Amino acid sequence: MCLALPARIVELLPASEGIIDIGGVRKRISLELVPDVQPGDYVIVHVGYALQKLDPEEAERTLQLFAEASMDTAETP
Amino acid sequence: MKYIDEFRDGEVAARIAARIRAEAQPSRSYNLMEFCGGHTHAIARYGIAGLLPDNVRMIHGPGCPVCVLPIGRIDNAIALALEHRAIVCTYADTMRVPASGGLSLMKAKARGGDIRMIYSAADALAIAQANPGRDVVFFAIGFETTTPPTAIVIRRAQALGLTNFSVFCNHVLTPAAITHILESPEVRDLGVVPLDGFIGPAHVSTVIGSQPYEYFAEEYQRPVVIAGFEPLDVMQAILMLVRQLNTGRAEVENEFTRAVTRDGNPKAKALVAEVFELRRSFEWRGLGEVPYSALRIREGWAAFDAERRYDITTRTVADNKACECGAILRGVKHPVDCKLFGTVCTPENPMGSCMVSSEGACAAHYSYGRFKDIAVRAA
Repeated sequence: MCLALPARIVELLPASEGIIDIGGVRKRISLELVPDVQPGDYVIVHVGYALQKLDPEEAERTLQLFAEASMDTAETP
Repeated sequence: MKYIDEFRDGEVAARIAARIRAEAQPSRSYNLMEFCGGHTHAIARYGIAGLLPDNVRMIHGPGCPVCVLPIGRIDNAIALALEHRAIVCTYADTMRVPASGGLSLMKAKARGGDIRMIYSAADALAIAQANPGRDVVFFAIGFETTTPPTAIVIRRAQALGLTNFSVFCNHVLTPAAITHILESPEVRDLGVVPLDGFIGPAHVSTVIGSQPYEYFAEEYQRPVVIAGFEPLDVMQAILMLVRQLNTGRAEVENEFTRAVTRDGNPKAKALVAEVFELRRSFEWRGLGEVPYSALRIREGWAAFDAERRYDITTRTVADNKACECGAILRGVKHPVDCKLFGTVCTPENPMGSCMVSSEGACAAHYSYGRFKDIAVRAA
């Protein structure tokens, strides 16, 4: 029920709407809950509304955390 | 797809699993509850439980709004369509949930009820605009993720001056339910709940932030790690919980920093506060009455409140006596401990809340795990 997907904004439309792209599928959604977004930004989309902007730097940092966990394992016999 | 594929990498998952096995102390057990149905589904679908050592056990919580929706509320929605002849708009998730009298929204539709599946709350508003001569009711369900869109459509309905649109509000709150699981009197009857830590909601937290869990972690001395719904997010959160428990910490940590901040989405929270207020109590299927766990529409928006408009009262409908959902949702029992599981209770014919949606504990185990522990014999 709470499933939501990260999608890229490709176009801003009037009345706080926008077109998003998810793996090649384009859809018109509401951007009313995320006021400061630009084309190219990624947002978390749920039931036709963007709930939050995705932070690309934080995403990188989390992937880095996964990598560090792996390195620790390599050192542990 | 970006921000999805890299969080599903199987090799990385195997290495995080090795780390969990290395750090989990064999002398103790780690009973961790994932609150959300989204996490339950990920754990079952990606076989995460099978990657964990025996003493790290995942307990599936009540965080599936379809599962915990009381049967009486679905009866109400069916009555709106069949008796009041309103157009009832609903998210697809509720269509197949069995209601009283052998009905469901799907079957009520077959009997002539004008019930329409919608993707977005905005679709319900568009249907009301397109049908000015008909009453249109949006059957609103869900946690803090779906609530802001409902608030937006109620405000817009007022701005448009619509008089044929109302919302049957069933929105529920996650922090209240997490607290209830540890505090409810039923827990004492069912036995001690062996919960050592929680994986906190992903998308709910994008809206409410990580702050609401801080009181909980401190008051109950249980660590909470907010995690995304991808399998690597869940694995990393389990590792973070193991580390907190090993060092005796009970803090709120955030693994899902790419979308969750401490304060969440202030605009969404303000919209919700403007349109909704707390209910003193609300029934959760499988948990019973939970205090301050749901929202209702404020007096100022009464014209758009289906409960006031149609004077709706809800009857409590009991589940099958043999159903163990109450104990499963509180972490006291496992789906296979229930006599009904996989026999009379299946995803096609669910008897209890945990089997209702694919995110329920029983449905997830039925779909992905029920043959896992059965010994294979050559004929």
